[in-house]
Amino acid sequence: MTRFDFPAPSRSEAEEALRAEVRSFLATELTNARAIDRAPSWSGFDASFSRKLGARGWIGMTWPRRYGGREASFLERYVVLEELLAAGAPVAAHWIADRQSGPLLLRYGTEAQREAILPRIAAGECFFCIGMSEPDSGSDLAATRTRARPVEGGWRVSGAKLWTTYAHKSHYMILFCRTSDEGERNKGLSQFLVEMTTPGVTVRPVCDISGAHHFNEVHFDDVFLPADTLLGTPGQGWAQVMNELAFERSGPERFLSSFTLMDEFSKVVRAEPTSGGTEAVGRFVAHLVTLRRLSRSVATRLQAGADPTLEAALVKDLGALLEQDTPEIVRRHVAAEPSAEAPDDFAQALAWTIQNAPAFSLRGGTREILRGIIARGLGLR
Amino acid sequence: MAEVDLIAETAERLLADFATPQAADAAENGVFPDALWRAVEEAGFLLALIPEEAGGLGVDPESAAGLLRRSAYHAAPIPLAETMLAARLLAQAGINLPAGPLSLACGDVELTPVPSGWRVQGKATRVAWGAQSAALVVVTAQDGRAHIALVPRDGYAATAGRNLADEPRDDLSIAADIPPASVAASPVDAEGLLWRLAALRAIQMAGAMERALDLSVAYAGERSQFGKPIGRFQAIQQALASAAGQVAAAVSAASLAAEAVVNDGENASLRAAVAKARCGEAAGSVAGIAHQIHGAIGFSHEHPLRLVTRRLWAWRDEHGPEAFWNRRLGEAALAAPGGSLWHLITAA
Ligand SMILES: Cc1cc2nc3c(=O)[nH]c(=O)nc-3n(C[C@H](O)[C@H](O)[C@H](O)COP(=O)(O)OP(=O)(O)OC[C@H]3O[C@@H](n4cnc5c(N)ncnc54)[C@H](O)[C@@H]3O)c2cc1C
Repeated sequence: MTRFDFPAPSRSEAEEALRAEVRSFLATELTNARAIDRAPSWSGFDASFSRKLGARGWIGMTWPRRYGGREASFLERYVVLEELLAAGAPVAAHWIADRQSGPLLLRYGTEAQREAILPRIAAGECFFCIGMSEPDSGSDLAATRTRARPVEGGWRVSGAKLWTTYAHKSHYMILFCRTSDEGERNKGLSQFLVEMTTPGVTVRPVCDISGAHHFNEVHFDDVFLPADTLLGTPGQGWAQVMNELAFERSGPERFLSSFTLMDEFSKVVRAEPTSGGTEAVGRFVAHLVTLRRLSRSVATRLQAGADPTLEAALVKDLGALLEQDTPEIVRRHVAAEPSAEAPDDFAQALAWTIQNAPAFSLRGGTREILRGIIARGLGLR
Repeated sequence: MAEVDLIAETAERLLADFATPQAADAAENGVFPDALWRAVEEAGFLLALIPEEAGGLGVDPESAAGLLRRSAYHAAPIPLAETMLAARLLAQAGINLPAGPLSLACGDVELTPVPSGWRVQGKATRVAWGAQSAALVVVTAQDGRAHIALVPRDGYAATAGRNLADEPRDDLSIAADIPPASVAASPVDAEGLLWRLAALRAIQMAGAMERALDLSVAYAGERSQFGKPIGRFQAIQQALASAAGQVAAAVSAASLAAEAVVNDGENASLRAAVAKARCGEAAGSVAGIAHQIHGAIGFSHEHPLRLVTRRLWAWRDEHGPEAFWNRRLGEAALAAPGGSLWHLITAA
């Protein structure tokens, strides 16, 4: 009768000790952060903050020691992530490298690639961007047109990537592109480890609806990539990218994107309690506790080496619903014009969240695509 | 783990055999399913929440949740949850467990000492299986302290009532003299009973939602329109995927509820509140989608879907609706030390 595997997550003393350590670190670091700085959290870029986390050993935590990790459990890593997000720490710089590029290198990289890069990621000094989407290839990732041709000593790449978050501040991109036309469309795809300073790679800004610049278009103009930039096996890019997506979709950032706003809302209600406001705070608690339990159990399964793609899609879909409901709910209870300029924290958090909420069910796989995955899990496709 | 599977397997087999749609239909007309009850009793399930050292099964939270979810999945028309909890409370209080189904209530009841023991007098409303139970377990305050009393069936008169799903919810008028051994200090007060009952309903809701989803997925594969199974239409797939998300959340919240009841401890009442509020919210959404997918056939009395959807609509409002528990959670969050929402969330 149960089609999904969400084992009850455990809780350990070690995790709680770590939680206390992270909380006290954040209390000092973020004393002066305003709500408008905290609200973006995993979209907020601060390279020096990432270096501090690296120095604490809080990046690449689960990786082997020889690559700069500390061989921590997935649940310990989870504690650090959720505390950073709940506090609204600016973690975007290293987030992608820690979450998916590092694990991808660990699994598919050569020893030389791992040794050269993983310790730098763990130190909070090396940032990655994701080169998947293109103008004509969004949900339909296999439609990618960027192409790498084999040449003497390596490959030549032409094409363009779009929506590449923080390409302009990253050291590397993991590029997903076509390397052959033979076989079915999800064959002949491969991944490359591209240094952003490679000649012929051009990054142009794309601004979002609020005018903010985080994503970009990245052009590849007959770029030469040496043979040792290939990541994994040529033609296996599809399987590799699916593995990457399991990491991309399963974390606490998939339900905490509106947490600063919830927290600011609860402060307003605490100061001036109303029955409706109290009830709304309680509903957030009920949803967050449940989502967190689901999400921690996905972490438990990742730890066990299982493939929780389906469960991760479920959690991300549910998480985005809550994240997107949040601004709509809080504004029914507190009359405040959303404004980044307003002195009060609630209005600032509301301003950020309202304008960014549409992305919550787009980035990392749209709602419709996630539900397609779930429908397949139900045996309907 | 072996034990978990054994309980689940036994429960599934027994419920499939005895908790039939016919039994559920008959129960709606007031017929108590004796065969089902005997089977459940013989399997030892009534003692599931009593620790092994006290002669029970001492099941872990996952196992307890699994058992109750399954009974709700089959819409078993018996007071299994109530009897399991009543048995646990009696065992904790040191009162001997009587045979048969038990009703459990927190009533407006007075206990007065008499030479033969105690006189119990008062009322309890909307009591599950009040008329058909073998005895009533009632929690009441006596001199400012919670007491628990076991009242035999001839000690209360019942006025029959029903919930939306036609499950018995009877008003009881209690007047009896009971021996000293039938009264003890209660392990829970009225508040403690309320959240435990709410937690059990949450678990049952999760099971009923699992059934509504399974019926809907199966139907989407069987029913053809426009030349193909309706499950091939993307609109249907998306609706079912959305229901599946709600069901996953409910099942997870249900295991939190089971942890609250079985392990008790700090924050147990908050966990129960989370579970009741979250499952209650999911219930309306899942029931709605299930009916949409089923079309008119699911709206007919002969179809088994109603056995779970009507229960969902009844259960979400029993022992406190979402608004009630959300407000409780909100109050706890706002009162949390340090004024942080997050601290409460990681503690629950
Ligand atoms: C803030 C943000 C950051 C991003 N960062 C990155 C990044 O760093 N790197 C990167 O590679 N990409 C990034 N993306 C891109 C993101 O992955 C894509 O937006 C996403 O995959 C959807 O693609 P699309 O926008 O082209 O929409 P489309 O795929 O064109 O979809 C448009 C609409 O059609 C629906 N649709 C499409 N196919 C189906 C179907 N089969 N059935 C039903 N409905 C369907 C979609 O659900 C959506 O509603 C980012 C996006 C955002 C918003």
